[in-house]
Amino acid sequence: MTSPSFSPTGIRFEDIDKRYGGVYALRRVSLEIAAGECVVFAGRNGSGKTTLLRIAARLARPSSGSVSLVSNRGEKGETLLTPGFVAHATMVYDELTAEENLLLFARLQGIAEPAARAATLLREVGLEERRKTLVRTFSRGMRQRVAIARALLSEPAVILLDEPATGLDPQGVNWFAQTIRGFRDSGRTILMSLHGESEVSNLASRAVQLDAGSVVADTRTGANIRSILSFANA
Amino acid sequence: MALLSNSAVLLGKELRTEFRSRELLTTTLVFILTIVVLFSFTFDPSVSESRRFGPGLLWLAFLFAASLMLQPGFLREQNNDTLSALRLSVSDPFAIFLAKLVANAIFLLVTEMLLLPIFAVLYNVHILAVFPQLVLVFFLGSVGVAIPGTAFSAISAQARMRELMLPVLLLPLLTPVLIASTEATAALLAEKPELRVDWLGFLAGFDVVFLTALWLFGEYLLEE
Repeated sequence: MTSPSFSPTGIRFEDIDKRYGGVYALRRVSLEIAAGECVVFAGRNGSGKTTLLRIAARLARPSSGSVSLVSNRGEKGETLLTPGFVAHATMVYDELTAEENLLLFARLQGIAEPAARAATLLREVGLEERRKTLVRTFSRGMRQRVAIARALLSEPAVILLDEPATGLDPQGVNWFAQTIRGFRDSGRTILMSLHGESEVSNLASRAVQLDAGSVVADTRTGANIRSILSFANA
Repeated sequence: MALLSNSAVLLGKELRTEFRSRELLTTTLVFILTIVVLFSFTFDPSVSESRRFGPGLLWLAFLFAASLMLQPGFLREQNNDTLSALRLSVSDPFAIFLAKLVANAIFLLVTEMLLLPIFAVLYNVHILAVFPQLVLVFFLGSVGVAIPGTAFSAISAQARMRELMLPVLLLPLLTPVLIASTEATAALLAEKPELRVDWLGFLAGFDVVFLTALWLFGEYLLEE
């Protein structure tokens, strides 16, 4: 990956509640995630992992509480760049080529020289040869590569990954783990939700377990991280 | 400026994907053509009868075509959750609505323009002398259909019974647009053609009011 041009940024969740009707998806979640941390959220289906990540991406609004990005320089709030978001759904258009997808989102984000940025990212994710191919003809792994490239367009300091490795073959998971290692080593803050232990989860420096929308465990110790990942998803 | 440039980029995407799939235009054109041809053969209308019920039939066909055309607008964005990617990328969510409603209005207008000569031949009405005025009425009517149609397409895409939801929400709301468009079209196809400024003013007012409402509240329609 190219050398980063972002300011190291952490993320702060303050007393977050999220209700859908009368049902709580998140209940009084408060977390302080430092710049450069690689945090994995673990928990059963419906525990609130996806909701928390979508609130961090500002795709969902909390019913109460607040979320803010905090740079190392102490800046806080909306003016900081939007996080890069990769989910199980690829969030790219099947009817467009890989290059057209990146150009579309680069132009929407107001990125200078969108064609050059798209070309750089396609080379980095190994899709330079297939840049003119429609995404609908791609395998699941190739689509996720386009999704990663889309998320990196604005060089975000915070990357949010919502079960991104689901459905990938072992080579795909391996590539994905290498990519996330690259993000982590470049100083980006990573928040990801995963099911079970894998090459990807081994990169985490912190694990947070959610149950019924509440934080029930939070650890930075290697053995405890593995324990949370194996128990939370059992 | 960001709003307009984002809308222009998204409009380009809408036109490009439709040009590649030709999904919406083909479906609606075939549907609308079937209605017009079927009624023509069933009633074999005279010139005076065509002038009387032709405009109503035409706009009814446009309405059904629009409800077919509007449904996939936001539904297609759900396939790969591309709507989330758009929301993360644009500075003003209204840009998403603006691009989609302009695209919908263009598709509807293209369908209408293709159908108009066929309607004129089958129903023995003369349109050449009033063609520019007809285009104006069709433009204002199509925009009037596209604005609330796009808004309700966003709402219904998140609903459980989405196929049922859009027509149920949309059809009652579009009754005033249909009446105004039909009356303005009928006046232009009359023996002594007349451009009814009152109905045109009504259509323009409807468009402005709903566009403003969408601009003010559209963001909430996209929220989870």
